[in-house]
Amino acid sequence: MAFTNEQLERYSRHIILKEVGAKGQKKLLNAKVLIIGAGGLGAPVAMYLAAAGIGTIGIADADEVDLSNLQRQIIHATKDVGKPKVQSAKETMEAMNPDVKVVTYHTFVTSENIMDLIKDYDFIIDGTDNFPAKFLINDACVMAKKPFSHAGIIRFQGQLMTYVPGEGPCYRCVFKNPPPKDAVPTCKQAGVIGAMGGVIGSLQAMEAIKYILGKGQLLTGYLLTYDALKMEFRKVKLPSDTHNCAVCGDHPTITELIDYEQAECDGVHL
Amino acid sequence: MADFIIDDTVDITDVVCPTTFVKAKVALEELDEGQILSIKMNDGEPVQNVPRSIKEEGHKILKLIDNEDGTYDLIVEKVGDE
Repeated sequence: MAFTNEQLERYSRHIILKEVGAKGQKKLLNAKVLIIGAGGLGAPVAMYLAAAGIGTIGIADADEVDLSNLQRQIIHATKDVGKPKVQSAKETMEAMNPDVKVVTYHTFVTSENIMDLIKDYDFIIDGTDNFPAKFLINDACVMAKKPFSHAGIIRFQGQLMTYVPGEGPCYRCVFKNPPPKDAVPTCKQAGVIGAMGGVIGSLQAMEAIKYILGKGQLLTGYLLTYDALKMEFRKVKLPSDTHNCAVCGDHPTITELIDYEQAECDGVHL
Repeated sequence: MADFIIDDTVDITDVVCPTTFVKAKVALEELDEGQILSIKMNDGEPVQNVPRSIKEEGHKILKLIDNEDGTYDLIVEKVGDE
């Protein structure tokens, strides 16, 4: 595949980079990334990946755009209120870059459909807002041997980590099990500063791009935390021993996907 | 012209900075180490900047030929296999 002059111009700032070049940009154009959640995290991830020329972007979300989403979910506009988030996200991405093919999944991600959803993708983005979905995505990616970026945001705080099969701990190695229902506030209850999705989601997009390019070091084996009020980033080294993990360990006890029960007030994507 | 054999040519007169360099860089990436690319460029900004940028990438400039029609052919030998 040869670049058109228009593509050379569009991706010139990428191609100029030694770590990208024409080969790297072609890798991006041939890559397939699935974003689960078209909310506060998924919005900036989707926009940066579309702008970067990721050839196929899948986006899964069951919700419709709500006015209260717009303070942070920058892929949606006021005119989109009431529209399925995946549709609104698709329209924005396609308007940004005609090179990108967007595949929408207007559905909740469950143990029934997740293996089928992730199977054709090179990298998965967890942009969800609840623990059942986060554990489900982790377990499915471990079982399907897919790399993914985990992230979570609340109030003025955010965190992320990257899982690559065989290259360090998974989300369950670190967090074991979801907290009891209603023990932890959701964003709906606790609030979140809009720009937090931009900070953490942009880092997730960066991890996906680095993975596709095969350049640099990924956030595997580490959890990065960000405290906006203290303006503090911490890169916490995670235990490298994954042998005893219930899902990615040597003798997994979790061999089937689990749909944990969601807290009553969940259901609004970050 | 007898001192080198051109393996490929690229015309960057149809684009403007910084796409001029990008188009030349992409053409160089397609070649193998030691192969020779002839890059056709406009007088002025391209001829001032593109040879320098290509040199910074580590490639070897063999010759700059003035076509006397407002364009130049820059003859470059590819160094490295990136």
